[in-house]
Amino acid sequence: MRELAGTWHRKGFTFAILALLPALIIYTLVRFIPIIETLRLSLFQWNLISRRKPFIGLDNFRELFTDSLFLEALRNTTIIAFGVLAITVPLGLVLAALIHHRTRSRFAGFYETSIFIPHVVSLVPAAMAWKWIFDARLGPLNTLLGFFGLPPQAWLFDPVLAIICVIVLCSWQALGYAVLIFLVGFKNIPQSLYEAARLDGASALQCFRHISIPQLKPVLLYVSVITLIAAFNIYAQVFVLASDSQGAPGRLVRVLVLDMLENSFRNYRVGYAAAEAVILLAIVLALTAIQFRVFREKGRP
Amino acid sequence: MSDRSLPAAEAGPSATTGERVLNGVIDVILIVFCILMLLPLVFLVSNAFKSPQELLQWPPTIIPRQATLENITSVLAETPLLRWIGNTFLFAVLSTVAIVTTSAVSGYVLGKFRFPGVHIIFGMILATAIIPFEVYMIPLYLGVQQLGLLNSLWGLLIGYLVMSFGIFLIRQYVIASIPDELIEAARIDGASEGWIFLRIVVPLMRGPLGTLAVLAFFQSWTAFTWPMIITATKESYTLEVGLALFQTGFTVDLGRLSAAAALALLPSILFFAFMRRNFVQGVASSGLKE
Repeated sequence: MRELAGTWHRKGFTFAILALLPALIIYTLVRFIPIIETLRLSLFQWNLISRRKPFIGLDNFRELFTDSLFLEALRNTTIIAFGVLAITVPLGLVLAALIHHRTRSRFAGFYETSIFIPHVVSLVPAAMAWKWIFDARLGPLNTLLGFFGLPPQAWLFDPVLAIICVIVLCSWQALGYAVLIFLVGFKNIPQSLYEAARLDGASALQCFRHISIPQLKPVLLYVSVITLIAAFNIYAQVFVLASDSQGAPGRLVRVLVLDMLENSFRNYRVGYAAAEAVILLAIVLALTAIQFRVFREKGRP
Repeated sequence: MSDRSLPAAEAGPSATTGERVLNGVIDVILIVFCILMLLPLVFLVSNAFKSPQELLQWPPTIIPRQATLENITSVLAETPLLRWIGNTFLFAVLSTVAIVTTSAVSGYVLGKFRFPGVHIIFGMILATAIIPFEVYMIPLYLGVQQLGLLNSLWGLLIGYLVMSFGIFLIRQYVIASIPDELIEAARIDGASEGWIFLRIVVPLMRGPLGTLAVLAFFQSWTAFTWPMIITATKESYTLEVGLALFQTGFTVDLGRLSAAAALALLPSILFFAFMRRNFVQGVASSGLKE
């Protein structure tokens, strides 16, 4: 192929450059420059309304780590991300195992589709459905609690409970993706492994524990990292679910993106918000690095 | 996904009674679970047709006893919901066209041509796929503002013109499934590079391009944060933004909220139903949705 490429070199070169040009221009304008701009702004006291925008080095970052609102946002986002992870991965794995086991069932298509649908439908209407479920006065969840003699809870007005609600909503959504990827993983495990284990008299549970889980390790890691990254960018879900006592959307559960947007659009502190964005970037890159490292050890690209 | 290989435990017609009972139990567990997963959406649609009295009933009814169109008609009268749907549709279609075009051309070039820097270009494009949009959306917003494109379709589109995963998907496909010999043969016959691309390569890429189109359309159809900061007038909202702001109003009652949400949900469910195969393929081949 390399040889062939050599002969193309002269012939296709003009076409290749011309064809790549639009994408390259777009990428430069809407990706590369804004990313570099985020890094640059984070080092300035860049205020939308003041004319002076002095370079302040790492001061924004120093201030962030004494800013109680930012720390609260970081803490909440981390709790939500790991909460979603703790529900989605084990539950997704078990469901995928069960669905895979019942591939021949006439309901197999129904299983895959109905677990996947929450992942693909529009987020805001779906979150509104959950808002009704959690509603303190009208919601079926509290009525259900009352049915068991338990007191009603102010699900969406108590900061701790509201975080739980956000985790439930996000897990409900993320589950379909996890199940789908795990199913692909299950289908890629060589059947000979199971057959050999069967001959040695291993039970279904032993097979799951000693064959499926180790074989699925890279997939497990991939889903975990993707789930965490998605949860660190969470915004729409809290916007819909968690209004504070003044009715301001999302305020009750402060998350990173919300804090970023408030800093830039309400306080006009763009440099400061950019520093937050850089921290978000650092978290995502760290997660990705962990993923790459483990994958390399496994020898699977 | 077409590989229907089964674990050893699955024994088909020769299954013993014990295995059949176990399979039955698993089916019941899965059916109950799947119904629970769907229930929030089912209730949302059903609530849209309920009268205020019926909305307060316990247990909640799934099929409204006295279905009413009151909620839907009053929502359509009160909000520019149809306009929001139109905005979102236009935004999603244009974004899909842009993403499919840029991905097809760049994916092909990056997959089949070798010249200095080609790996660097691909590496940089791929690297931006990891970086979440939220990280750089504020500088991007400032750019859109300077161009005077706030509250406009073009402002929305600027954030959704390219998709790194799309370029990656097409490149992988081109490398794996489009033989060099085919392209070389056309060259020897004197075909121009543009003709080769349009007449030979694009028709061969129909499958992955379809999958990409579905992913791209849904990505912008369900986008929230970017439209939220770019649009500030009722006329320019996308469906998700209009709905999110509508639900924060204090005066709105549950029936009308559900009606608006159900109307917003319907297109995405229908679209998914029609495009299910492409969807599952796209998501399964990599979850790098941006």
